[in-house]
Amino acid sequence: MPKVTIDGVEYEVEAGLTLLQACEIAGIEIPRFCYHERLRIAGNCRMCLVEMERSPKPVASCAMPVNDGMVVYTNSPMVKAAREGVMEFLLINHPLDCPICDQGGECDLQDQAVAYGAADSPFHENKRAVKEKNFGPLINTAMTRCIHCTRCIRFATDIAGVEELGATGRGEDMEVGTYVTKALSSELSGNMIDLCPVGALTSKPYAFSARSWELKKTESIDVLDAVGSCIRVDSRGGEVMRVLPRLHEDINEEWISDKTRFACDGLKRQRLDRPYVRRDGRLQEATWDEAFAAIRDRIGDIKGTKAARGDKIAAIAGDMACCESILGLKDLMTGLASPHMDCRQDGARLSADSRASYLFNTGIAGIEKSDLCLLIGTNPRIEAPIINARLRKRYLMGGFTAATIGPEADLTYGVENLGSDPRVLKKIISGDHGFAELLKGASHPMLIIGQGALTRPDGGAILNAARGIADKYGLVKDGWNGFNVLHTAAARVGGLDLGFIPGEGSRDVNGILDGAMNGDIEVVYLLGADELDMTALEKAFVIYQGHHGDRGAHGADVILPGAAYTEKEATFINTEGRVQQTHLAIEPPGMARPDWKILRALQQVLGLKTRYNTLEALRGCLIEANPIFGRLDHLTPASWGGFGLSGEIKAPALAYPIINFYMTDPISRASETMAQCSEAFGLVQARKTGTDG
Amino acid sequence: MLRDDERIFTNLYGLQDWKLSGALKRGDWDDTKSILVKGREWIIEEITQSGLRGRGGAGFSPGMKWSFMPKTVAPGRPHYLVINGDEGEPGTCKDREIIRHDPHKLIEGALIAGLAINAHVGYVYVRGEFHNEANHLEHAIQEARERGFLGPNACGSGWAFDLFVHRGGGAYICGEETALLESLEGRKGQPRLKPPFPANAGLYGCPTTVNNVETIAVVPEILRRGADWFASLGRPKNTGTKIFCISGHVNMPCTVEEEMSIPLKELIEKHAGGVRGGWNNLKAVIPGGCSVPMIPKSLSETVLMDFDSLREAQSGLGTGAVIVMDKSTDLIAAIARFSKFYKHESCGQCSPCREGTGWMWRIMERFVTGEARIEEIDLIEQITKKIEGHTICALADAACWPIQGLIRHFRGDIERRIIENELSVGPPQSDGASHPNEAA
Repeated sequence: MPKVTIDGVEYEVEAGLTLLQACEIAGIEIPRFCYHERLRIAGNCRMCLVEMERSPKPVASCAMPVNDGMVVYTNSPMVKAAREGVMEFLLINHPLDCPICDQGGECDLQDQAVAYGAADSPFHENKRAVKEKNFGPLINTAMTRCIHCTRCIRFATDIAGVEELGATGRGEDMEVGTYVTKALSSELSGNMIDLCPVGALTSKPYAFSARSWELKKTESIDVLDAVGSCIRVDSRGGEVMRVLPRLHEDINEEWISDKTRFACDGLKRQRLDRPYVRRDGRLQEATWDEAFAAIRDRIGDIKGTKAARGDKIAAIAGDMACCESILGLKDLMTGLASPHMDCRQDGARLSADSRASYLFNTGIAGIEKSDLCLLIGTNPRIEAPIINARLRKRYLMGGFTAATIGPEADLTYGVENLGSDPRVLKKIISGDHGFAELLKGASHPMLIIGQGALTRPDGGAILNAARGIADKYGLVKDGWNGFNVLHTAAARVGGLDLGFIPGEGSRDVNGILDGAMNGDIEVVYLLGADELDMTALEKAFVIYQGHHGDRGAHGADVILPGAAYTEKEATFINTEGRVQQTHLAIEPPGMARPDWKILRALQQVLGLKTRYNTLEALRGCLIEANPIFGRLDHLTPASWGGFGLSGEIKAPALAYPIINFYMTDPISRASETMAQCSEAFGLVQARKTGTDG
Repeated sequence: MLRDDERIFTNLYGLQDWKLSGALKRGDWDDTKSILVKGREWIIEEITQSGLRGRGGAGFSPGMKWSFMPKTVAPGRPHYLVINGDEGEPGTCKDREIIRHDPHKLIEGALIAGLAINAHVGYVYVRGEFHNEANHLEHAIQEARERGFLGPNACGSGWAFDLFVHRGGGAYICGEETALLESLEGRKGQPRLKPPFPANAGLYGCPTTVNNVETIAVVPEILRRGADWFASLGRPKNTGTKIFCISGHVNMPCTVEEEMSIPLKELIEKHAGGVRGGWNNLKAVIPGGCSVPMIPKSLSETVLMDFDSLREAQSGLGTGAVIVMDKSTDLIAAIARFSKFYKHESCGQCSPCREGTGWMWRIMERFVTGEARIEEIDLIEQITKKIEGHTICALADAACWPIQGLIRHFRGDIERRIIENELSVGPPQSDGASHPNEAA
């Protein structure tokens, strides 16, 4: 390992590092603007200059690889002068409008100007002004503040995979922008706001609403898709002001999707802040006691033995239900002797028998080890942009083959489309397809099967075929499991891990809906389940527990207001099978309560025994139900077993489960920002009145 | 003075046929095979021994540069020869004369250099404005291909080599070797970080050597006449012949091939018909293109036109473009025009250059009218020190040096202008109020 001497102290560092990284290891801070660990090195800001022996000029430490015997100074007069000079050049045309800049308080330029800049400037010319650019509904631009570090360009080009941003013009006329004025068509564009070291790119929805030092920062996780991105929820008073990414190398690195980041304004709209009971055909405000009483009375009205009564009750857990509430609902259903419960509201043909059959077994970080990927009925760019970014990262490393079975889609990396007829899977298994050769030749092949395949009536057979491919082509072997299910719902793996699915002979989602239509099911409990055909539930007595007045609440007879993911301590399991917890950033609005407490109270009202009085006790019960819950943020390899259903794969072409990335759940549907995005990208046709605009 | 039989570029003025038939008469392509079969070690050694220094401005030994290339060609990583014909340095017009009047010298040199660095493909990046020049070159390459001088068995040597012309878009920065590579690859011309150097990762990430047109074009003649012949011209470490371009206030502006280390005064008097109004009417000379600092008449009397002598005079040989300025010249305005040029041609990557070139130009413009303060002379000098050496490429340095040269030798002129202005309109009111843009 090369030895470098930094400021007179010798360090032994790994070969291949840059001087800047070596200095960081040595605990010496090097100021920088253009350099970012996860982006291609540009070396253009010149802030990281250090003095190197035998070099007449200072060198850019971000781009200089370490060599044995290098002698470097980071605090010499030369370095100090260089930093001061660069700082001065960056500031001469910078507007210095910090008091009205949203970046204030978290601005690299501000911080480094204080630390490394001179006290005053001899610059007396006019400053440059640059016209604002249109980056779409998410990003505010103030390009006069831009210091041309090109981080945003490199992010868009390399990480997000959309070559829509670049620098035009030369010298001091250089401007960063889209060549043709348009919103950036990336699901990850918000990350540029974090990357921008100055206030040139700021969050449009968050504009001028708070200062960073006023915010309470709560570390949590995201539940708007099944990735489980680590986030930081910034709140002030009772309001979530913004959501930012939190570093997690194995999940989201330091990126989050635009939905994760910007849907948080949906937390303030359409909220259920008090119980409602349907009286005289209309939902009317009620107290908790009245709501519980209405449920008790209706369940009491069901005739027959306990088992017969239980047979007329059913429960469906929605996409954002936490594990605590799913267990609580399961306890409730067990207490009522009902076997009809399902957590797969989209009707996915997954079973809870084999854990490997419903997990993203490779792990998100594991994608980087793979050399081939087959996507079946999934468009990860829309369903899980973070996982798609990891696939692109792998693609850019080279030596990676990707193919997809499904409609043509731009995934931002090279992918061969094998058509959208799922029967091609049979051909691949039998070896009658060109792709079979590639599978054979791959050392770490993986496949990702999505909800577009699993929710079809023949989903079980497709799952079976996917397992066939995994078995035949060595996708599962020592230390490697290349079989992956990509979920779209944060609650799904948790529900399956808790066995919230019907047993033999009981009703699944479709059975429940059928039963509700023909009167066999009289009471349906929806735990945040909104993605259902609500007309099927018209005859039944519907209890809706959730946080948004979305589809489920509209048809409900009793509404129990719960807490959203930012308002409770809750456990979720992401698509990899990783147990994660959200933390309370703000209190639920009005009379709304954490979901597990609602279910526990309801059990008491119904005269059922409860097993727990505290969250800790409830979490003990979770571990009892499945030991997986005992290890947070840990991937336990799932054992490989038989699963899937025999049967024929039918002809209809595969479709993707999500069309509009920006609106997939009650929170994002309530979000104004997400609505603007949907409109900006032509995903919905907004109805405009004559007075609009 | 260089004897006629020692000239390399015998058709510099285009008086003869530039095509293959004329080139053959001038001795080009004469048994090139015998040079090629001597092998790359011999070629590199001979060029190193000749003392040839790169003619693009930096003066680095091409023999040394070629020896930096990997000795063997790694699979999938072919070597490339790139010839820099993006002659954009104001005052310079030497590569242009070679390309349009003696293109076969360049092509033959490219073949030999290609063999020396293990390259089968070469690109000539010709400045976009050189329309006819590029046409000539393309025509000449086609002639060479047809005669088998280029192609799968170039000159019967068994070495495959072909040459292609790429026309640039006219940006000055594309004359910087790594920006040229970026541009050649189809991207915005912006210099790359070094390391890695082009010899390790150049064009398309493959080992690449970038040489100037003049450097490559003299290679065949050196190898034919021998390294000793070339080394016998000029002074040690400054050997051979050099094409000088003399412009400005001389009686006969011209481009001429001369012996290296010829005294500047002799060059101007013998070839350019002397300074307009006589030698005593001389004010200053910019000896190597607009990137090098000017020297006053006193230094011009004795300085020799080579790398080392001009360096001692705190200037540089650069491209050998001599710009002569007589006493009628407003030197401040001349340098302000250069500053505008650099501000316009800065690629915009590095903070000091992007922001600094514009700042310097604005101050220079005020020096022209005298609407400045005396302290600003020190200020602009400090700015040049903050820019110089702090950027990826040398454009920023080149933007600073002319200003430094002006202040070094003609500080009094600037001071006088400022004082005269103060006497006529009064001192500047306050910070910046003197700026012409703010007057309105």
